[in-house]
Amino acid sequence: MREFRFAVKQTIAIFFTYLFIGMAFGVLMNEAGYSVFWSVIAALFIYAGSMQIVMVSLLTAGAPVLAVAVMTFFINARHIFYGVGFIDRFRKMGWKYPYMVLTLTDETYSVLCSVDYEVGLDREKTDFFIALIDHCYWMLGCFLGGCMGQFLPWNTAGIEFSATAFFLVVVINQWQQYPSKIPFFTGIISSVIFYCLLGADNFLIPSLSVSLIVLLVLRDRVALRMEGA
Amino acid sequence: MVNNLAYMTGVIAITALVTWLTRALPFLIFGKRRLPQTIEYLGKVLPSAIMVILVFYCVRNINLTQYPYGMAEIISSIAVILTQMWRKNMYLAIIVGTVCYMILIRTVF
Repeated sequence: MREFRFAVKQTIAIFFTYLFIGMAFGVLMNEAGYSVFWSVIAALFIYAGSMQIVMVSLLTAGAPVLAVAVMTFFINARHIFYGVGFIDRFRKMGWKYPYMVLTLTDETYSVLCSVDYEVGLDREKTDFFIALIDHCYWMLGCFLGGCMGQFLPWNTAGIEFSATAFFLVVVINQWQQYPSKIPFFTGIISSVIFYCLLGADNFLIPSLSVSLIVLLVLRDRVALRMEGA
Repeated sequence: MVNNLAYMTGVIAITALVTWLTRALPFLIFGKRRLPQTIEYLGKVLPSAIMVILVFYCVRNINLTQYPYGMAEIISSIAVILTQMWRKNMYLAIIVGTVCYMILIRTVF
């Protein structure tokens, strides 16, 4: 199946990221005394890296379920912004539509944003395989971490940088393809301003919201450039 | 440690449901209608801004006021950018950047 092979190639970077972040989660769960069964269930249904890792500490602390809900909303609120560009693309996909929506993680989002389809590929099938393969990598990582616990045979410190590297590559590709540079500078400036004002833990949602507003205000200028391309 | 079945199931279920809600929200609001032009426009331009912000989000925990001033992250990011510009090979860029980072945090910083 050409679409499957193509999707595997597009998600190689995610393989490393998900395997190792998933393992980090599995190890934490294991150390906290939860069996690998729960790690895999969490990977299957939650499928959100940083939130799952936070969830381990909430679980061990016995946090109230309402607090868990609020925490989850704030950590994952960035996802609200992701769907906006995929509404038309996903809703045509029939039974795959809900799956595509619910598995739109940071990494799958960025692969889908930057994928450059080969001629003749069925795009819907390709998108579905990308989402599915990423999800499987994540479950595999959580499973392995949950099985091995702290007996990991090698030291993986720093492997998480592969996620940063991947996002950087996507930015470079988009920069080279995108006719207007305004969205990039909007992102950079709003990140820096809110990082300085609010710090590492709180800058994300204000940066995303202000970028959205700025891009709406500058709509005529950005759109003008896009037509010229 | 709290380890009973009901609590465990409850926490995982609520985390999953709220995560799903954040992912589904734009689709729940706009999914059934003809897409307003404004949303179509945002769908085109927002990803570029979001990806840049995600890069900052990934390196948010570096400390710029204290040694090593996030040097490992900065040097490895430059390695990624240069490799990608030079070879236009995503896998190579990611491997070079990640290996560079893993070596730096083990040896220099």
